[in-house]
Amino acid sequence: MKYLTEYRDPVAAKKFQQAIHRITTRPWTIMEVCGGQTHTIVKYGLEELLPPEVELVHGPGCPVCVTPLEMIDRAIEIAARPDVIFCSFGDMLRVPGSRSDLFAVKATGGDVRIVYSPLDCLKIAERHPERTVVFFAVGFETTAPANAMAVWQAKRRRIDNLAMLVSHVLVPPAMNSILSSPNNRVQGFLAAGHVCSVMGYEEYEPLAERFQIPIVVTGFEPLDLLEGIYRCLCLLEAGRCGVENQYARAVRREGNPGALQLLRNVFEVADRLWRGIGTIPQSGYRLRREYAEYDAELRFNVSPLPVLESAECCSGSILLGITKPHECPAFATRCTPERPLGATMVSSEGACAAYYNYGRHRETEVAMLP
Amino acid sequence: MPVENDLSRMTCPLPRTEYDRVLLGHGSGGKLSADLIQRLFLPALGNDILNALEDQATLHMDGNGASETPTSQPRIAVSTDSYVVKPLFFPGGDIGKLAVHGTVNDLAVGGATPMYLAAAFILEEGLKIEVLQRIVRSMQQACTEAGVLLVTGDTKVVDRGSADQIFITTTGLGTVRSDCNLSIRNARPGDRILISGTIGDHGIAIMSLREGIEFETALESDTAALHDLIRTMLDACPMIRCMRDPTRGGVSSTLNELAQASRVGVKLEEVALPIRREVHAACEMLGLDPLYVANEGKLVAVVPAADAERLLQVMRSHPLGRNAALIGEVVADHKGMVVMRSPLGGTRMVMMLAGEQLPRIC
Repeated sequence: MKYLTEYRDPVAAKKFQQAIHRITTRPWTIMEVCGGQTHTIVKYGLEELLPPEVELVHGPGCPVCVTPLEMIDRAIEIAARPDVIFCSFGDMLRVPGSRSDLFAVKATGGDVRIVYSPLDCLKIAERHPERTVVFFAVGFETTAPANAMAVWQAKRRRIDNLAMLVSHVLVPPAMNSILSSPNNRVQGFLAAGHVCSVMGYEEYEPLAERFQIPIVVTGFEPLDLLEGIYRCLCLLEAGRCGVENQYARAVRREGNPGALQLLRNVFEVADRLWRGIGTIPQSGYRLRREYAEYDAELRFNVSPLPVLESAECCSGSILLGITKPHECPAFATRCTPERPLGATMVSSEGACAAYYNYGRHRETEVAMLP
Repeated sequence: MPVENDLSRMTCPLPRTEYDRVLLGHGSGGKLSADLIQRLFLPALGNDILNALEDQATLHMDGNGASETPTSQPRIAVSTDSYVVKPLFFPGGDIGKLAVHGTVNDLAVGGATPMYLAAAFILEEGLKIEVLQRIVRSMQQACTEAGVLLVTGDTKVVDRGSADQIFITTTGLGTVRSDCNLSIRNARPGDRILISGTIGDHGIAIMSLREGIEFETALESDTAALHDLIRTMLDACPMIRCMRDPTRGGVSSTLNELAQASRVGVKLEEVALPIRREVHAACEMLGLDPLYVANEGKLVAVVPAADAERLLQVMRSHPLGRNAALIGEVVADHKGMVVMRSPLGGTRMVMMLAGEQLPRIC
């Protein structure tokens, strides 16, 4: 397939693999930020192609994984209301809240729908003027412009039965949080290419400077990742810091001005709670006051429920690279994608789920059915 | 900006309650379906024949059910399946055709010659007679082509809203030659794995019509009766260990079931998988994996290595096996698991689908 097979070419991959082996002289720990990158790394078994000195740590860039439990409980409560049509991207439906998940709400009669674009919610809202269409606006900077567009259009077209349950998070504050941790082991970053196609990469330059680390803006195909790793290693081995752009076919330093303008119009930066991490200052988006009427949290006065938590999961040290998913005692036994203990096991982009789905043959034997 | 979050103390909450209701995922043919069978149906209804979990049951009518018992009497194979596809008519087929082909195939992959069908219809009040007529005509045509007789049936009508237009259940009967003993438990290390053609065609053809993701494609469902291809294969190579039609849950579910039931590992070569460009493109766009997408006219066969090349030629000379391919082998390593080698040389596990296959956020 044009523009795809080129980036999965085995011959070119071999060249990068050899180059990586050639330049690596000592151990390095590199974090890929985005869950989509983790997915590709594990799906193509890229870690097997790297020298043993190079360790990849799978970062917090999986929107499903970092959406706080409180927010999922809130979504479940809103979705169960008879006057609501609750719309979401597919993989949020399986994420368990404290007591239930959105699939279970659907099975008990809630109108829960999978949509492929938030703009589909406008059509649904026009077709059902008697009900409120609520969209679960989760994700990083990548999904934010389309969500902003849906709200902006709703206001312009006077569609008032649309609301957004917003749980948007931003990458740079999370990277800052990781680098500031006393236990940090990450020495270089592969920044998330799609996030940067919206935001640009100017905002990563102060991070690279402050923490003296290399950051390589990287794409999502196997060759992108191998090249990103190679360029990051080149900088590490040379003792240099700074931001480089591997994903130049999609990313410019200044980002996408149209999308950024729209984001500034509709959203403002706010503190956000990250699942398992806690509140990170100025790390997410919320709707501006001018769009308050579209805020599902204001429209539905959902009383906060006590959140039920499990103590066994160690996804914190997994995100820091201290523990690998398969080293967790609960991995693949008490914690599986069907019965996850932690968010990193829920989404196919979570580090634990990626290991479980694609990498377990290297570590364990699967339990046999009777 | 001060940051006080200590990530090392981070715990990940997420207790999960058992589902106390049936979810759509329980019908996806993947892990949740398997759980329902293992934890609910088998404890209550299990017996030696049902527990084998073949696509069809093979029986002796003298009351001795064990299919391994040597006897010169032909055995009876029986299989049943319900069809609830939406939309009812799709490129390449319709629910009626599917209801005949699906059950015919479930019999045929067990080595049976399909002979008789029974059909039960659940109709929603308000269904247009003209629609029902089109479906029944299509069934009649499919029966003729498959050489089976529909010999008994039943019709029920339910209130509007209690069913979605029409549900069809078909049950098939056929005979199995006494020398034929195909089973999902038969795979041995060294065996080769063949597929009869391109994967994912049916699932993607249906998905292209689904609300919200409609896309234009010339792709058609692959729905077809496989009995003739299977007969040709068995005549040419009686040593075939096992055959399955990878419908719901796709090739991944079939191969995981095989790895589990035969207590072997399965090794796949990604570059060998026959996938149409349109299917590949749609899967890339929607974030799906073709290994999990349904097929309705394909089969997976496990054969001893020595017979693989010859059987592949036999399959390719049949109209329903033109794109047949050798996609992997059975190994003694990683028992119970399916592992695929990517074109880049890395390996990954191919899991059984857990719940429904969901498009990813980004």
